[in-house]
Amino acid sequence: MTRRGRPSDTLEAVLVHACIILAVCFSLYPVLWVLSTAFSAGTAPERSILPLPSTPTTAHLVEVVGAPSFWRQALNSVSVALATALVGIAIALPTAYALSRFSFVGRQAGVRVLLATQMFPMVASAVPLYIVLETLNLLDTRTGLVVCYATTSVPFAIFQLRGAFDTIPKDLEEAAMVDGATRLQAFVRVVLPAARPAIAVTALFAFMSAYNEFILAATILGKEEALTLPVVLQRFVGEHDAAWGKFAAGSIVVSLPVMALFYVAQRHLVSGLTAGGVKG
Amino acid sequence: MIPRFAASLTVLALALFASWAQAEPIFVWHAYRGDEKRALDEVLARFARERGIPVEALQVPHDAYASKLTAAAPRGHGPHVFIDSHERLGDLAQRGVVAPLDPGPRAAEFPVRALQALTAGDQLLGLPLSLKCLALYVNVELAPEPPSRWEDYAALRRRLPSNVYPLAYEAQNFYFHAALLHATGGRQLSREGKLGFTGPEAVRSIELVRTAVAERWIPEEASGALVSELFRAGRAATVVSGPWFASDLGASVRFRVTRLPSVGGEAMRPYLTVEAAALTPRGRDSKSARELLAYLAGAESAEIRARVGRQVVARSSLPPSAEADPFLSAFAAQAVDAEVMPSSPLMRSTWEPAERALKKALGGSVSPDAALAEATRRFDDVVRPAPPRASPTPALLLLGALCLLGAFSLFRRRDELVPALRGSLPAYRWVAHAVLAVGVLVILPIVVGAGASLFAGRFGEMHYVGFANFWAILTARGGPLLTSGSFYLVLLVTLLWTVANVALHVGIGLGLGLLLSRPKLRLKPLYRVLLIVPWAVPSYVTALAWRGMFSRQFGAVSALLEALGVEPFSWWARFSTAFTANLATNVWLGFPFMMVVTLGALTAVPREVLEAAEVDGATRWQRLWRVTLPMVLPAMLPAVLLGAIWTFNMFNVVFLVSGGEPDGTTDILVSEAYRWAFTRQAQYGYAAAYSVLIFLLLALGSRLMARAATREAT
Repeated sequence: MTRRGRPSDTLEAVLVHACIILAVCFSLYPVLWVLSTAFSAGTAPERSILPLPSTPTTAHLVEVVGAPSFWRQALNSVSVALATALVGIAIALPTAYALSRFSFVGRQAGVRVLLATQMFPMVASAVPLYIVLETLNLLDTRTGLVVCYATTSVPFAIFQLRGAFDTIPKDLEEAAMVDGATRLQAFVRVVLPAARPAIAVTALFAFMSAYNEFILAATILGKEEALTLPVVLQRFVGEHDAAWGKFAAGSIVVSLPVMALFYVAQRHLVSGLTAGGVKG
Repeated sequence: MIPRFAASLTVLALALFASWAQAEPIFVWHAYRGDEKRALDEVLARFARERGIPVEALQVPHDAYASKLTAAAPRGHGPHVFIDSHERLGDLAQRGVVAPLDPGPRAAEFPVRALQALTAGDQLLGLPLSLKCLALYVNVELAPEPPSRWEDYAALRRRLPSNVYPLAYEAQNFYFHAALLHATGGRQLSREGKLGFTGPEAVRSIELVRTAVAERWIPEEASGALVSELFRAGRAATVVSGPWFASDLGASVRFRVTRLPSVGGEAMRPYLTVEAAALTPRGRDSKSARELLAYLAGAESAEIRARVGRQVVARSSLPPSAEADPFLSAFAAQAVDAEVMPSSPLMRSTWEPAERALKKALGGSVSPDAALAEATRRFDDVVRPAPPRASPTPALLLLGALCLLGAFSLFRRRDELVPALRGSLPAYRWVAHAVLAVGVLVILPIVVGAGASLFAGRFGEMHYVGFANFWAILTARGGPLLTSGSFYLVLLVTLLWTVANVALHVGIGLGLGLLLSRPKLRLKPLYRVLLIVPWAVPSYVTALAWRGMFSRQFGAVSALLEALGVEPFSWWARFSTAFTANLATNVWLGFPFMMVVTLGALTAVPREVLEAAEVDGATRWQRLWRVTLPMVLPAMLPAVLLGAIWTFNMFNVVFLVSGGEPDGTTDILVSEAYRWAFTRQAQYGYAAAYSVLIFLLLALGSRLMARAATREAT
């Protein structure tokens, strides 16, 4: 909102909205094509700019959603992704805090190793990972999947959270500890609330990476009712052909919870620091 | 959320317990969809009912099928029975997935050719279920008398309106092209185990397609989806495709199926694949599994599979209903005149060079002869013998010496180290669980995977070769150092790819993040959600949507460019345009991540500081450059660094959008590694060596970046 009577402000607001709307168009346009595929009985092979479905139909959507295990599998996807976010954050929080606040032997090396884990392509580590899971008796279980996803999301989560903790002044928790709180209490009551936005964003990242993952899930899970939705979707693609309509319809359904989650989570994306915290 | 999680864990535990309590069912894996899946489910249900043996089927995505089987079956996990094509069974048998069978007296029930296709050495690898090959789909209204000769398409071209193609098929897909190659007398894999796509027969098969494209008999660069759309919309009079094509058509078009036309008097011979049911080692030991296998291939099952699944069942005598079915009998007739796909493991290494040569030659950038010569060179390169066995002693000695040296230096520093460790104990309590989890599930697999780079050969029979894999990669396997596919050229492309992506990701993400964080912006929550849409929709479908948008004939980008007065062109024919297409897709996929990172980092900028700066008279630009960015950028640095690493290893966009076209030039290092691991003779050790090199490069790069960042800061 602009203050009345300031034409330059109005102009600026218009420009800002124009920029954002342009970006929104860019971000939506390919998805509109996916939507159009999802709701077309057959797309017209014409060169066209507007993504409009030819002979609109909801048959694909109905068939995907109406599959016997669909809701079960949707629940799997959401619960696996939520559990991943919870476990991943739970593992990463204390570590990130220690990296931010303590100096200890192996701290530098640990950070480097964490970064290094992100550099090695999955192609060579997938088979050994399978054998580790087999040894731990975690094959064919959603728990195994959560454990894998959570641990792979930990390095990034640690980096994100450590960066957030670094911006929170030490004085805050030191004041609490002077008042008699233990380190753990200070961490839980003072630091965590201040880091809320970063935790929300990091949890969203962990959720997203688990929610859309397909290769590991397809390899580990072995029962129809345990499958997650990306695996189910991928089955619409065969060796020679693919059921694009259903594939697209399924993808739209899959993405709805993420957008809903983000809509809810974004209220955390406001300044988390108080003035007192900064001035010390 | 925590109680809900606990509840779901309890449910999970109960479910596991319940599955223990029951008798173990027979597990069947397959990649069937639609009608074929329905038929299989019916067959399995009937078997379970009649024999009282529980059966559990799992439909596995085709893309994950082979890797899932090879991971599970050799270790005694996975299915008892699985369904796959004959040309893959030989390879799977070598990996310990298949247990050979004894057909016994029932051999007479199956066509001899099908059994032969399933025999490797003197072992029968599976029982035949169905036959798959290409045939000609005819739109009966557009072509009541379909051409029986390739040459007759000229006449059909003249008769049809200009926006209707006489013939549509995936001309760039070698599986389809092979039918033409067989008609001209060529072979994909020569009898000597060399690439057969060479010589005058191959040139002639390419010329046939080039002429057909030039005279608009067939659409160029047609994908499977486009072929299906054209046929359904009545824009293609005939189509070359397999039985799977029919399920897509529904009632949209009246069609019949007939034999492929002849070319120069020779029949077009498509590949024949025999789908078979096979036993795993786990299934061999189970009587019920063997019973199920026999039932699956038996007469009762064949009737259901033909009627419900519309399969051309592989039986000596077809079920009467199938005999009377014109669709099935047309495919059965074509199957007689089809070339059994070679099941030699070498066959797998022919697809990539052959298809690249075909695309290059059809694109017209090089002569067919040059493209074919390049293909032969590539094939020979891929099937070169594995490096010789080397003695591991020098490496072990070196490793031992390094360990000793390390231990010694620790020992010398013990006086400062011990108190330091003691002082670190409280911190270790905070990190122990993460060290354990990441160590076991992330670092251990990486170390083992990196170790594989010192080995060569196929799974299960790998031998130690020292640093031979690295040597081969770094010397471009003896070829010129800057030729396409060499490590150095691919590295340059990868660097360009990473820099361009990260710059655009950060630029767009930061810009939008700053705009969206303006305090008085209206519609902010809505904008934020709409802008993360590219990230929310699964990337494997949006990447394919992007590929479709870049289609020269029917893509939206081409339509936009045409509206701006630019003549549509093929995006995949040149490196610059193919790279741009990949880049556009990946920028679109990745900017929301950086935007969210920016939004998160901006929360660390206290509003009071900005207000104080405003009170002190700083202009908006000054506030942005002097206050906001210096506070935001350090918080974003880890995400930018990780984003760069992830982009460096982002293979699926390259795979799904350009697929490495033209001619593998848009491949990046990690997609090369994937090709070595999966399509090129499964050279796992070689792929692992690529991975180690990628790792070393990234480690070096991030050190340099971190050093530059600290220098900036001081």
